[in-house]
Amino acid sequence: MAGKPKLYYFNGRGKTESIRWLLAAAGVEFEEEFLETREQYEKLLQDGYLLFQQVPLVEIDRMKMVQTRAILSYIAAKYNLYGKDLKERAMIDMYVEGTTDLMGLIIVCPFLSAENKEKQHAVIIQKATNRYFPVYEKVLRDHGQDILVGNQFSWADVHLLEAILMVEEKKSSVLSEFPLLQAFKARISDIPTVKKFLEPGSQKKPVPDDEYTETVKRVLQMNF
Amino acid sequence: MSRKPKLTYFNGRGRMESVRWLLAAAGVEFEEEFLETREQYQKLIKDGALLFQQVPMVEIDGMKMVQTRAILNYIAWKHNLYGKDVKERALIDMYVEATMDLNEIIMHHPLQPPEAKAKHLATIIEKATTRYFPVYEKALKDHGQDFLVGNRFSRADVQLLETILMAEECKPDILSKFPVLQAFKARISNIPTIKKFLQPGSQRKPPLDVKLLPKVLSIFNIGNE
Repeated sequence: MAGKPKLYYFNGRGKTESIRWLLAAAGVEFEEEFLETREQYEKLLQDGYLLFQQVPLVEIDRMKMVQTRAILSYIAAKYNLYGKDLKERAMIDMYVEGTTDLMGLIIVCPFLSAENKEKQHAVIIQKATNRYFPVYEKVLRDHGQDILVGNQFSWADVHLLEAILMVEEKKSSVLSEFPLLQAFKARISDIPTVKKFLEPGSQKKPVPDDEYTETVKRVLQMNF
Repeated sequence: MSRKPKLTYFNGRGRMESVRWLLAAAGVEFEEEFLETREQYQKLIKDGALLFQQVPMVEIDGMKMVQTRAILNYIAWKHNLYGKDVKERALIDMYVEATMDLNEIIMHHPLQPPEAKAKHLATIIEKATTRYFPVYEKALKDHGQDFLVGNRFSRADVQLLETILMAEECKPDILSKFPVLQAFKARISNIPTIKKFLQPGSQRKPPLDVKLLPKVLSIFNIGNE
């Protein structure tokens, strides 16, 4: 029997959170190994686990996969969350790249100075409300369906919900002008696998704190 | 007869260059519309042509595609440059994501302030020669085949060649410790569609002329977006 996928990363969101979301949404149980020391990281490097010396690393189906998008694409395809044909896949890819860009603005926040954090905060809200959310609101409005692409739940829906919740943590009223996204959020949150992931005790990680930031800097020897 | 894909971008490499490479490698003719003024760009946004208000944008098969990776994925799929199964695709994805990471660093070089340029160049060279090139050198050496994945030409080969050539523009002898990559470079460059793309007069773009940088940035109002 194939083992469960195993995620190697820090005990926090970062680039791995989207992977946790997607596996959870697909109903796939997974294990995690948390990087806490530099020695652990160096051992992974020495043992040749990290193709490009970086995490996330996901052991899945006898592969040691690195590169977040490669991992997500593999999981999406494996669990039928990547549309039914090439055109749907193209739409999913476009939408996911948009939410990746939006979440990318948030992922860097813990590593910014206090002054830059505040500026970044404003950029996140501005981009979310002017560039990204209007697009998804319109997509939902134009086709009048419950999900973003085709007539089947996909990676794009999971990724958008993740992005919405992350932006709401910065500004809880950010969806006030987006009624369809509010409905979307409620609906996708109610899907059994997603609902379970949103409950306390799941492998969903909390907002990054100082301990997380210090751990990342220490393990990767980042000098700021 | 289906129309040729049409690329909308400024007249330079940037994020569109990988798309040009892949279409050319696949033997697909394409047209280009160059953004030269801020007004052109704003008109595209007003007309709803740019999903996230950004370029690259590629009109292809009735879609206005944006987001570089989405575009590259579609072209690779359509033209059978994405491996034969999910496992090959996973490997191709890992390889191209890394070449795109290295491209990203190289792409940002012209944007560095003068005092940071030398250090940035050193970073490019270090990453290329210690993080990225050793991986591809080993992959090719281990299986001894002509192409990176599945003994068959794929987007991974195209994107690696593109990255190698850009890295060589930073340091001409950057492949000096990578004999297998040198052979790979020669071999892939000789594939007829690629050979044609590498000749003068093709749609391949030259490195960014730094003097033109302020103008390019002003089209997109970078810094004020």
